Amino acid sequence: MTKSNILQSGLTRRALLATGAATLATPMFSRRAFAAPTELTMLAWYGHAEPDIVAEFEAENNVKFVPKYYTGGDNMLGLISQSPVGTFDVILSDAEYVQALQQAGYVEELTASDYEIDDYYPEFQNFPGNWSDGKLFSLVTRFGFLGVAYNTDALTEAEASTYNVFWDEKLKGKVGHFDWHLPNLGQISQLNGNANPYDIDAAAWQAVKDKTMSLRPQIGGFFDYGGTFSSLNDGQMLAFAGIGDWITGVLEKNGAKVRSAIPEEGGLQWSECFSIGKGSAKAELAKKWIQYITSAKGQAKSAQMAAYPALIPNQKGWDVLNVENPAEAKRQGMTKDAGNVIEMIRAGRIKNRQWPVQQSLEEWNDFWSEYKGS
Amino acid sequence: MPADPYFKKTSTRKMLGECPKMRKRISLYSLTFSLPLFIWQVVFFVFPLAFLVALSFWTVKNFRMQPDFDTINWVTMYGRSIFWQSYGLTFAMAAAASVITSILAFPCSFAIAFKLGPKARQLAIFMMVIPFFTSYLVRVYSWQIFLSDNGIINGFLALVGLEKIAMLNTVFATMIGYLTLCFPLVVLLQLFSLMFIDRTLIEAAHNLRCGRLRTVFEVVIPSARVGLVIAALFCFILSFGDFVSPIYLGGGDPTTLSILITDTTKSGQQWPRAAVIALTMIGTLLAVAFAAIRFAYKGREQ
Repeated sequence: MTKSNILQSGLTRRALLATGAATLATPMFSRRAFAAPTELTMLAWYGHAEPDIVAEFEAENNVKFVPKYYTGGDNMLGLISQSPVGTFDVILSDAEYVQALQQAGYVEELTASDYEIDDYYPEFQNFPGNWSDGKLFSLVTRFGFLGVAYNTDALTEAEASTYNVFWDEKLKGKVGHFDWHLPNLGQISQLNGNANPYDIDAAAWQAVKDKTMSLRPQIGGFFDYGGTFSSLNDGQMLAFAGIGDWITGVLEKNGAKVRSAIPEEGGLQWSECFSIGKGSAKAELAKKWIQYITSAKGQAKSAQMAAYPALIPNQKGWDVLNVENPAEAKRQGMTKDAGNVIEMIRAGRIKNRQWPVQQSLEEWNDFWSEYKGS
Repeated sequence: MPADPYFKKTSTRKMLGECPKMRKRISLYSLTFSLPLFIWQVVFFVFPLAFLVALSFWTVKNFRMQPDFDTINWVTMYGRSIFWQSYGLTFAMAAAASVITSILAFPCSFAIAFKLGPKARQLAIFMMVIPFFTSYLVRVYSWQIFLSDNGIINGFLALVGLEKIAMLNTVFATMIGYLTLCFPLVVLLQLFSLMFIDRTLIEAAHNLRCGRLRTVFEVVIPSARVGLVIAALFCFILSFGDFVSPIYLGGGDPTTLSILITDTTKSGQQWPRAAVIALTMIGTLLAVAFAAIRFAYKGREQ
């Protein structure tokens, strides 16, 4: 076909190019029209926006999570305070930090009726910190216990059933600390017989400090997240204070000989709560996510999170987990059998990890630095 | 040469007087090349440093930093015994690391400079560069496999019937980490000064019946002093601020200044206090660096 033929047939060069370009661009347009997912930013501990947890929600709602992971509540508060309003759509926070979030105006108020709180165990329906002056600001989504983490080759479950085991002569230099004052000092406070380990007067605080200092010769090191994993995994540390199944559970699944026990003096409880970030432009979608992750289906997923397992407050979530993965439900104590985790809470064996009531957070932290340096 | 200052002055003037245009051209020319460095220094050193100084006077209320001018952070940090204890310890550990690393690296760089042929020397230099290909963190983690109680070294000791030695989570392990960090760099820096020693000096020493060992101490080391001191200085700087080895090999015990910084920020967002620690570290490093350079070049003009 010659040039004149094309022109004669009514197809100009310009038209040809335009058609060609349009044809080539079609997949782009259709991709934009059908697939462009909405980005939802999440500020959370590591693992909460990984595919094992969010893939299903992302596919169902055409959403793509953009996570910003933090390590520790202080780190989280720092990230929020240094970011413009509306940076984070969804915020996961440890329960003791929720109040600080709410007081600083970093989170939106939630409507309780939007969520299936009635499916929660009663202990979690009015969870401390979630509510302020009758208003809901966050919703507890998972929790776990902290006790005595131990190497099962070195210690028996009976030996690990008291915090006193940390002073055992055979563990000299083999006891590790998760390097954060709050869980460690809380445990010593429990050992000292304080009914509320974080609400202690000056005399009791002094006693906690003295008792802690007496543990110093036993300590082999102070470890961060990664160091805690590796030193328990290779048997360098045989017992660990300040942690629980959130670390040993992961190691245990991978074949390491470690476990966590709740000692007779009682254990501590960490709790993670979801909130909607102040000024979020996607608050509706953020609400949808919290509805999903606190529903029975989302809760079962959360309990088995690859990064670190946890207990869940939704009773129907327990049912789903017991069908999906009965072994994990049993391992974590989320069955209807006697002695399950809810019964432990009801028996008063578990206390919430929280900020010190009668001392400042700074005082506890300063003592922790001195203890480490002694 | 006459050491008369007047002579120096006049000669300089004379030189400048001979080519007045040259001076201007050089400064324009050099400006073109030095400007990026100047901008780099301002953006990445002067500005952050000024900010750090300002930050150390800020206050923290309810986890929020507020611009302020309060000396409370300086007073608090300098009033704490743990701060001075960590300071002394970190300084001593970094000093020990630079001495140990320099001593261990010297035979190595000496051999490469004087005993190897050109090809073997190139290979040896290449071998010293290779460690920089992998992350320092990864290398430190791999040391854990060697040093832990059930690790490779203790496994070997058990095999030959010896008792286990606790190595991981000790100062010894931290030193191993510092060596991992600094050894290749110290060897390279030492090497470059040893390679440029005038060989005739060594020959002269031998001709004057100076023994091999005495030649090393009286000719080689003094001639290479600048490089040796700078190498040790780099080792000090790197070890003084290192966080990875004290935490992953030393088990966070004892507390070094770098660990104290993370501790300080971990509770209550105390970045201003961390800034006090950081500024003290920077001040210390500047003082040490000036002292070291002064020592290295002492008497060089004559």
